[in-house]
Amino acid sequence: MSSSVATVSIPTRPAPVGRVRSFLRRLRSGDEIAHMFTFVFAASIFLITVLLVYELYHNTALPRHKFGWNFFTTQTWDPVFDNFGALPFIYGTVVTSAIALLISVPLGVGAAIFLAELAPRGISDALTFIIELLAAVPSVIFGVIGVFVLVPIMRKYVEPFLKATLGSLPIFKGPIISGYDLLTAGVVLSIMVVPFIISVSREVLLAVPVDQREAALALGATRWETTWKVVVPYARIGIFGSVFLSMARALGETMAVTMVIGNVVKISTSLFMPGYTIAAVIANEFTEATGDLYTQSLIELGLVLFLLTIILNGMARIMILVTQGRGTSQE
Amino acid sequence: MSFRYAWRKFVNVVMLSLTGVCALSAVFVLIFILGNLVYYGGSNLNWAFLTRLPRPVGETGGGMGNAIVGSAKLLFLAAITGVPVGLIGGVYLAEYGGKTFSFLVRYTADLLNGVPSVVMGIFIYTVVVIPMKKFSALAGGLALGVMLMPIVLRSTEQFLRAVPGSLREGAMALGARKWRTVLTVVIPAAYKGIATGVLLSLARVAGETAPLIFTSFGNPFWSHGWNDPTDTLPVVIWRYALSPYDDWHRQAWAAGFILLGLVLLVNISAKLILSRGMSSGRA
Repeated sequence: MSSSVATVSIPTRPAPVGRVRSFLRRLRSGDEIAHMFTFVFAASIFLITVLLVYELYHNTALPRHKFGWNFFTTQTWDPVFDNFGALPFIYGTVVTSAIALLISVPLGVGAAIFLAELAPRGISDALTFIIELLAAVPSVIFGVIGVFVLVPIMRKYVEPFLKATLGSLPIFKGPIISGYDLLTAGVVLSIMVVPFIISVSREVLLAVPVDQREAALALGATRWETTWKVVVPYARIGIFGSVFLSMARALGETMAVTMVIGNVVKISTSLFMPGYTIAAVIANEFTEATGDLYTQSLIELGLVLFLLTIILNGMARIMILVTQGRGTSQE
Repeated sequence: MSFRYAWRKFVNVVMLSLTGVCALSAVFVLIFILGNLVYYGGSNLNWAFLTRLPRPVGETGGGMGNAIVGSAKLLFLAAITGVPVGLIGGVYLAEYGGKTFSFLVRYTADLLNGVPSVVMGIFIYTVVVIPMKKFSALAGGLALGVMLMPIVLRSTEQFLRAVPGSLREGAMALGARKWRTVLTVVIPAAYKGIATGVLLSLARVAGETAPLIFTSFGNPFWSHGWNDPTDTLPVVIWRYALSPYDDWHRQAWAAGFILLGLVLLVNISAKLILSRGMSSGRA
């Protein structure tokens, strides 16, 4: 449409001249300027991202050359002798995120089912509104609640209970020291990611065509059987997407975890022991890091975190797109 | 047969009520957090807290006026750096963008949005703090600004796209150039959504702590100008909550109460405006 309006030039004329003319005309009228002006700003987002990747890569040359891939398998983190390995932090990050997902996925998917399938629209919208507010709570606030409220609860009630009932498992063995430990960090994380799982899963579930439900109900399935055996499998990929999305969040989460995990560079099987995560060690040690190798090792941890989150985010986006793009009978 | 039927009905009721319990417990968490902050934070709030400087350790009283001003300064910096890029870039994506390059910008914006905030701090540290050789309000503001960009970009694009094409065609039919159409017809039509998007993104970065620890750092005094380290509410909350002093703990609660109060207020009002705007727009 726009091209037929713009090319007023006579078609027999040589193309380049016509193109230059129409360009000049659009330039004079301001359209070309507006286009270029907005283009510069859009491009700057792209350039900033490129710069970010470059800076992270460029500023990790020292540890990459000195430690190579051993950086990821070494357990020592010794600023005094300039010996750095990432394994304890990777372990802590993976364990806390795993705990967070183990708690938040059933809870979040359950809540999403309630909001999408059961609750009347008004109630569902009101509850979703509140749950999305939970997603807006700053990380440091979760940290404050964690330090002053959750840690004592975990130490006095939850952890002794787990030890008494499931104490034979290696993950619940050992003394309960302070409540500042892997388990508490995982619980705080689970609370932080649950709103994301709920809101994305709810949307994916709402996108499931109504006739899928009607068909199952018509076959005599109960409401639950319809939901669990028809609707949830239909939305499966999208729900996985929401899980990946929250995994990316959990991995990169800094403040709340830093405040409750205990910050000890050690790999312990017991969840009652303190640990450390990648994001936490960066937050705690970056300003105090002396020497280039120390600082750059911390930046390399940041690079690892960055790569992990882009991979997870990318996968999540593809999965959510796949489910939402699936055809319905209405189309 | 009838036993099986009863069992299925039983499972149905149990599982469905369990999902309800899940939803209610998520809601309960928010109420629990709010309740704690109101209980512990509200009682420690007073005028001196909002306006005074922190006192030295051991002396009770004092406040975090400098951190409140610092947060405001950083948000201002973030707004003037991040919002224009997001807004104008969003106009490009919605109105001018071709296929390949727009995809690239959209993709990198989402990527930037997913970058853990602590990594954003490292980035600004390497490009601003190292060349300046000092922590500064400027660096902190830039860190928040870069975090704003992708959020504002995507929300602006989304609201511009929601403007019906007939409005554009109408303006063009009257002889308006494309840029005039965008500037005087499309953007005003999407104005409400864009503005609330900006507000929401500001509320989101207002609570960020991790990118500020090694960009704006901290400073227990009034920070003048833009080139000095500055205290901010989230960083002070972090420092105070982990300190061994009861008085600081009380102040951390109070500061948390203020921070959460502001963030939730912006979120609630933005969402109310949006839901009202949406329904009237559709009618």
